[in-house]
Amino acid sequence: MNTPLLSVDHLVKRYGDATVVNDLSFHIEPGECLGVIGPNGAGKTTTLRMCLGLSQPDGGDIVYFGGQQMPRDALAIKSQLGVVAQMDTLDPDFTSEENLLVFGRYFGLPDATIRERIPKLLEFAALTHKAKAKPGELSGGMKRRLSLARALINHPQLLMLDEPTTGLDPQARHLMWERLQVLLQEGKSILLTTHFMDEAERLCSRLLVLDQGRKIAEGKPRDLIAEHLEPEVVEVFGQGAVALAQEAHLKALAGRIEVSGETVFFYTHDSRSLLAALQAWPALRTLHRPSNLEDLFLKLTGRQIREEG
Amino acid sequence: MSQIQNNIWAAPQLSMRWWPVFLRNWLVWKKLAIPSLVGNIAEPLMWLVAFGYGLGSLVGQIELGGEKVPYILYLASGSICMSAMNAATFEALYSAFSRMHVQKTWDGIMNAPVRLDDVVLAEMLWAAFKALFTVTAILGVMLALGISHSWKLLVAWPVLLGVGITFSCMALIFNALAKGYDFFTYYFTLFLTPMMFLSGIFFPREQLPGFVRVIADWLPLSVAVDLVRPLFMDRWPDQPLRHVLVLAVFAVVSFWVALALTRKRFRS
Repeated sequence: MNTPLLSVDHLVKRYGDATVVNDLSFHIEPGECLGVIGPNGAGKTTTLRMCLGLSQPDGGDIVYFGGQQMPRDALAIKSQLGVVAQMDTLDPDFTSEENLLVFGRYFGLPDATIRERIPKLLEFAALTHKAKAKPGELSGGMKRRLSLARALINHPQLLMLDEPTTGLDPQARHLMWERLQVLLQEGKSILLTTHFMDEAERLCSRLLVLDQGRKIAEGKPRDLIAEHLEPEVVEVFGQGAVALAQEAHLKALAGRIEVSGETVFFYTHDSRSLLAALQAWPALRTLHRPSNLEDLFLKLTGRQIREEG
Repeated sequence: MSQIQNNIWAAPQLSMRWWPVFLRNWLVWKKLAIPSLVGNIAEPLMWLVAFGYGLGSLVGQIELGGEKVPYILYLASGSICMSAMNAATFEALYSAFSRMHVQKTWDGIMNAPVRLDDVVLAEMLWAAFKALFTVTAILGVMLALGISHSWKLLVAWPVLLGVGITFSCMALIFNALAKGYDFFTYYFTLFLTPMMFLSGIFFPREQLPGFVRVIADWLPLSVAVDLVRPLFMDRWPDQPLRHVLVLAVFAVVSFWVALALTRKRFRS
């Protein structure tokens, strides 16, 4: 087994009486993309902040690169990390180039080295034409990509991304995913938190599902779905759909039934029989699809809106 | 597990990593230097001209240590200390707060291998540098106006840098406590404005009632004026060590408190 780039053991964080991170352990292997998913308030950002040495844990160990401890070796660790925070912290007074130059200096890199890296990074971020533009002149997606380019200025081994595509339109999001996939192909490792299950499924080799500060599941996206869910879902909606949840013979055909609002979700191994049986209600509309990560997420963390959501 | 920095009062952990942060502020400022310069020196010069020449013609000469000096010299040597104080304070309050809280520049910096302690140090030195810059420009105008030509003004220059350092350290305490820009009004109204009138800038501290004077003598701005004014008069200050020490104590204690409160702010 390779030495993990990051290994977190029995991490605990309390705010007053509330335990926001509760005995959390996980690790990241070289070349891996680990996704941390969970509802609002699950402890994702707090965990990330502790991993970055920005918040002091109340218990547990955070070890990087096989021996460097956070927060003791914070500076040595950060010189090998690339971080993209949830909120852009780009300098509004600087052009894209200057943003990269100034950030590179924080790593103690000589100006000549940084200036050599800047054109490549701007090209990677598809921002070559915006080299002289200030963040105020950039779109949301461009700003995020500039933040990503900035995080790469020190050639980090491991990237820590907090909700890298939140607030982006689909085009910008797809471009971001594509850039992240390029980085993974180059052998970089990524830890990312996200709310988007398609993002998690597309990018992450492994997932960590958090709820109320605890790890409630961990594994490869497909394995998790197979382990926790029936392979197919039939959604039924329309006038009177909710009553179907009580129909005995439909119940028998479905592994599990969920009702949310006016929609009934039949999770099943045998969609053909189920769909045939549903022909008896021609007025109702059905949607037949494979079960996905979002179903898993909702099963594990519930459908109710969280206080902070 | 590690307990490092668990105590916000732990000794400052400083390194040369403050330098790129200072350079960052310098690079922004270079882009805005001319309007910033006008703002920084126009107001103090208006005070000087209006009060120095206007009020000065009524006051005439002021008796100072057995020597009679024109009011404009009296006022100029005091108000330059006030300018150092104001320039450092504005930078360490409004500008630092913008970077720390509004733009989240500090958060970005701390994702690189730079400690919060070094960021605070960089902001402190940057505000002091801004004070030095302002003071230099005003000194230039004062020389041109012929208010003083003493070569001892060369000594006033580093002293005023020290004044800038002291006041930027003090301002950073309030920066650490602020929830918004409005909070800074308290600092100006409750601390700086009274200090301005108690420190012998516009009139001698001998005019103050006894108990007020006792306090006034220990104010950092009084001490700054006591150091700088004799230099304008081509004399050496009395008790220079005492004055420098008072400024240094204010600076060190304030920096430590500012750092502790900033650590606390960033911890939660």
